[in-house]
Amino acid sequence: MAKVLVVTSGKGGVGKTTTSAALGAALAKTGQKVVLVDFDVGLRNLDLVMGAERRVVFDLINVIQGDANLAQALIKDKRIDTLSLLPASQTRDKDALTTEGVAKVIEELRKKFDWVICDSPAGIERGAQMAMHHADMAVIVTNPEVSSVRDSDRMIGMLDSTTEKAKSGKKIEKHLLLTRYDPQRAARGDMLATDDVLEILSIPLLGIIPESPDVLKASNVGAPVTIAEPESAPARAYAEAARRLLGEKVEVTIPTERKGLFDWLFKRRVS
Amino acid sequence: MTFLSNLFKRRSSAPVARDRLQILLAHERISVGDGKDDLLAQLHREIMEVIKRHVAVDQDKVQIKLDRGAHCSMLEIDVEVPGLSDKADKAKNAAAGKPSAGGKTKPA
Repeated sequence: MAKVLVVTSGKGGVGKTTTSAALGAALAKTGQKVVLVDFDVGLRNLDLVMGAERRVVFDLINVIQGDANLAQALIKDKRIDTLSLLPASQTRDKDALTTEGVAKVIEELRKKFDWVICDSPAGIERGAQMAMHHADMAVIVTNPEVSSVRDSDRMIGMLDSTTEKAKSGKKIEKHLLLTRYDPQRAARGDMLATDDVLEILSIPLLGIIPESPDVLKASNVGAPVTIAEPESAPARAYAEAARRLLGEKVEVTIPTERKGLFDWLFKRRVS
Repeated sequence: MTFLSNLFKRRSSAPVARDRLQILLAHERISVGDGKDDLLAQLHREIMEVIKRHVAVDQDKVQIKLDRGAHCSMLEIDVEVPGLSDKADKAKNAAAGKPSAGGKTKPA
C-alpha cells in the first residue's frame, strides 16, 4: 500500500526541500520506490536540489491539464533507479492546481510507487493546501526557533482540519523533524531544546538533523545530502529518520561529525 | 570582574522562547483553529457594539491595549466619548457660572 507523505512547515527556509530530497533518497536507497512531487508552483526548486534541473520537460501542471502523461513528466534519478521526480511548473498559475486534478495524479502515483513525497511550498495558500490534501502522513519540518515553531503549530492545525483524511474523520499521522539543530547552543540554553519543541507541538519526533555545512555542499552539487555525503552527520540523521518511517524502532540520537585526530591531521595536510 | 559577573548572571534565552510560545499558542489554537475569535476579541467587539449603541465613537479615539498572559489576560479599551464630555463641559460651565469667568480676569 503506497503512502502519501507531505513535507510541510509553514515557514520558509527551514529545510522542506532539503528534507524531501534527503528522506526520499534515503528511502529509495532501501529499495522502496519513491517519487518526489514538487508542489511549489512558480518557485520550483526540488529539481535543482536533486540535480535534475536540466532534464525538466513537463511538470505537474502539464499532467493535470492533460498536456503530458505521467510517464512523460516523471524524471528518473540517475543515481538511484527507484527514485523519481515530478517537478512543479515555473508558470505562476497556482490556480491550475485543482483538487480533482491533483487527486487524479496522486492516485496514479500511488499505483506506481511505495512512497509519494509531496514537497509543500511555504505559507498556507493553495500550493500548501494541495500538497497536504491527500496525505496519509506528514513530516513537519521545524527549526528550534520561535517563528518556525509557531508556524508548525498552525500547520498541525491545518493537517487536522482541512485534509481529506481529517474530513473523513481519520487521524493523519504526523511526525516532527527538527532541522538545523545545534546541540551545543541548545545545551547552553541559547536554542530551544528538543524537549521544549516536543512539549509545545506534542507530536512524535521523527529525527533531529544537526546544522551542518554538508547540507549546503550537497545542494551546491545538486544531490540529496544522503547521496552526496552519506557518512555526514545530517545524512546519517536522515537515513535513521527514513528507517523510522519504515516502522523500524531506532533510538533518536543526534549524529555528530566523525572526526578523529587522524582525519584532522589529514584534512589539514590536504587543504 | 564584569566579565565574570556577566558569565554567571547571563540568563539563557531558550526558556524565554519556550514560555512565550506556550502562551501564544494556547491563544492561537483557540482562535485560529475553527475560524472563531477568541474570548478577548469577542469581548472587544461586543463592548464596542454596546458603546456605539449609545454614542458615536470616533475610531481614531479608541485605544486598545491587550496583554495575553498564561493565567490571565488584560483587555483595556480606552474610548473617548464626545457627547458626554460636551455635556459635562456645559454642566461644569453652568455650575461654575460667572465666578469662574471672573476668576480668569487678572487679579488687581
